[in-house]
Amino acid sequence: MNALEVEHLVKRFGSITAVDDVSLTVREGETFGFLGPNGAGKTTTIRLMTGVLTPDAGTVRINGIDIHRHPLDAKMQMGVIPESSTVYGDLSAEQNLHLSGKMYGMSRALRDTRIEEILSQLGFAEKRHSPVNTFSKGMKQRVSIACAIIHRPKVLVLDEPTSGLDVQSRRLVIETIRHMNEQGSTIFLTTHNIEEANTLCQTVCIINRGKIVAQDSPERLKKMFDTTQSVEVSFDRAVTRDLFVAEGIIRAEPCGDKWRLYTDNPDRVLKYLVLRAERESLGITSLTTSGPSLEEAFVQITECA
Amino acid sequence: MEVPLFVRGILVITEKNMRLYYTKPPVLMFGVLFPVFMFFAFFVGRHLDLATYFPAFLAMMLFFTASSVGPLITPWEKREKTYERLLSYPVTQDSIILGDVMAGAIFGIGISLLVWIVSAFFMPVTVMYAGMFFLAFILGTLSCAALGVLLAAPASNSPPNVMIFSNLIRFPLIFISGIFVPLSEMQGWALTLAYCSPLTYLVDLFNAAMSGTSALSPVVDAGVLIMVFGGFILAARFIQQRNMMKGM
Repeated sequence: MNALEVEHLVKRFGSITAVDDVSLTVREGETFGFLGPNGAGKTTTIRLMTGVLTPDAGTVRINGIDIHRHPLDAKMQMGVIPESSTVYGDLSAEQNLHLSGKMYGMSRALRDTRIEEILSQLGFAEKRHSPVNTFSKGMKQRVSIACAIIHRPKVLVLDEPTSGLDVQSRRLVIETIRHMNEQGSTIFLTTHNIEEANTLCQTVCIINRGKIVAQDSPERLKKMFDTTQSVEVSFDRAVTRDLFVAEGIIRAEPCGDKWRLYTDNPDRVLKYLVLRAERESLGITSLTTSGPSLEEAFVQITECA
Repeated sequence: MEVPLFVRGILVITEKNMRLYYTKPPVLMFGVLFPVFMFFAFFVGRHLDLATYFPAFLAMMLFFTASSVGPLITPWEKREKTYERLLSYPVTQDSIILGDVMAGAIFGIGISLLVWIVSAFFMPVTVMYAGMFFLAFILGTLSCAALGVLLAAPASNSPPNVMIFSNLIRFPLIFISGIFVPLSEMQGWALTLAYCSPLTYLVDLFNAAMSGTSALSPVVDAGVLIMVFGGFILAARFIQQRNMMKGM
């Protein structure tokens, strides 16, 4: 069964078509990544999907329920984390959670149990009574996520949930998304972080200028658009670009204290690097190879479109 | 399934509004302090029969209190970006409008009842028709609260702007609605203007309920207040739906 079905969705703002005939389906239990450059139409699509905006044309069904014809029943199936941390700053974390639970019709006892679980899961139990206004951005985002998952939604929609977060908060958010998915929730995620989409999502959909331009698994998208691999190497002392003028190396880019070498034959490059290091008395401090990246595929897809 | 969800949405939104907005400075300033200052400015020390003017003062109090919460909620939530989250909960725009009206109405009833009770200690405040008095309270708070919500409907995420706009509408109304000059003493264009203000009918209904004298039939007053309430709700709904289409 499909958890989310979007058919021929259109949204215009004056002469601008923000969402142009978008159709997609998300299978039950899937983690679906929705990628696109700034202004591509991701947030508008999410707003249409969650009933915040009214579409000019098209339908959105959540677990088979049309959100624009039966908004309340459809929204009961969902948990939504909008782009910015949007919880009530004057209320405490616990009061925000109770408010969310009441919105979803949870009883007091059920809310209490679930709040205890979530507070410990997301690590803000000790700050439960503090007003959210006093929280850091990462903490506010945790409260926002907690509000969206309190009723164990069948479909969880997240709009850039890790944007602007520190490493710890980002890890926690990703862990929570994984946990929710393992518990059976279908995840619809927009992100700017390609690596995040690569590791979390079974399917990735790319939108550009309001249109869907690609949709497949991350691995298939990578292979479809890029066969170039890379080798990352660092030495015990600084080297110049001249060292990497060799057959098989397409281009070399400095990357922090390392060099990233693009090649279609990593085996040949590895042998060359080892040989050259020995000849120049260089110590290799790290050496890694990586396949085609989703980021490369994303750039190519959105530039071509 | 949708009707219970709809009603629950209204109640939860009302509770949220009561908790969050009753103590906000603009509500206390324009909803409570202002009508009290107006009372002192126009009634005290002018050798007026306070008992005669009490229905008008009560209507003014109800008008200011009930219409002060609505203009604040939507712009505040749009500025704080909680409005989008609110819409993603199992609620509709209608439940949000009605929840905002309820919060304004409860605030209006609470404060005005308190004023009425406290006033009863200092002056002879009589109620000739209790049922009509109760009806005036309910219809008055609902229509004034609906006006407050309508004033907030035009898209803006700036609470100060909306409060200024709402006062621009509300202040002239108290001068043309038979509060300071009784309707029976008005003539010509002043009377025509008075009939254009919904507050006139509330003042008149309070007069009918408390002293038994009114310029219009209480049925007409109640009918106009019901129509005004419905009209304001429909107008707010129309504007909010248009905002939703435009993404505001």
